[in-house]
Amino acid sequence: MISMDPLILVLIGMCGVAGVGLYGLLASRNLIKIIVALQILAKSAVLALVAAGSASGKINLSQSLAITVIVVDTVVAAVGLALGVQVRKHFGSLDVSNLSSLRR
Amino acid sequence: MILGLLMVGIIVCSILAVTAKRLLASAIWLAGVSALSATLFYMLGAREVAVIELSVGVGLVTVLFVFAISIAGDESMDAKSLVPRVLAWILALAAVVLLGWMALPEVHTAEKITELTSTDILWQQRGLDLLVQVVLIFAGVLSVLGLLSDKVRPPSGKAKGDR
Repeated sequence: MISMDPLILVLIGMCGVAGVGLYGLLASRNLIKIIVALQILAKSAVLALVAAGSASGKINLSQSLAITVIVVDTVVAAVGLALGVQVRKHFGSLDVSNLSSLRR
Repeated sequence: MILGLLMVGIIVCSILAVTAKRLLASAIWLAGVSALSATLFYMLGAREVAVIELSVGVGLVTVLFVFAISIAGDESMDAKSLVPRVLAWILALAAVVLLGWMALPEVHTAEKITELTSTDILWQQRGLDLLVQVVLIFAGVLSVLGLLSDKVRPPSGKAKGDR
């Protein structure tokens, strides 16, 4: 079996996860689904940070950066979900194509 | 070997999270992505991040999603997406190729060097990041409270149509 550098493995996987997140961001119309896709994209960024830190021997620096990303990501998710709840209350649907107030 | 299996699991869970019909299933698959990522972080040596990812990513974010879905309703949406799906796949694949083309040539593993502990780095070198995190959490809590509060609307004749 071909042995592969763990960092390359994680980086290839990170590219795949980022692609899936980007596809979800483009193809979803549901607001909550869009936030799920954003979370997946942010997860790929944290994966890349930790993998790079592990490879370069500066794991503690990468950990402090990754913690910042996780905190920001969580706050974005909380605010986005609260916005989604309000959109559902006002427009009766989570569909982003209903959000334009000009489209009547 | 185990790293490869974890990466495959993360990708499969993320695909299922994006393509699931029901929102609740999507949130649960997202929790799976976070749990597998936390395991991967632990195996890569980032123990603090693994613990935080497990508690925040699997716990808090999933609870937030379930809370929002229970309020907003688990409506499944089978309508066509705004961007055609083929174009979305092509764009995502192009992004993956670009990302790989930029990231993979930079790969070179270095010897482990002695560095400060992560707590020291977080408090001494990254103090500004910590301050920004505190401000962000405060702003996030305030905005969530503001968004979720039910304001009393002034009575009007069109109140019947309001949802």
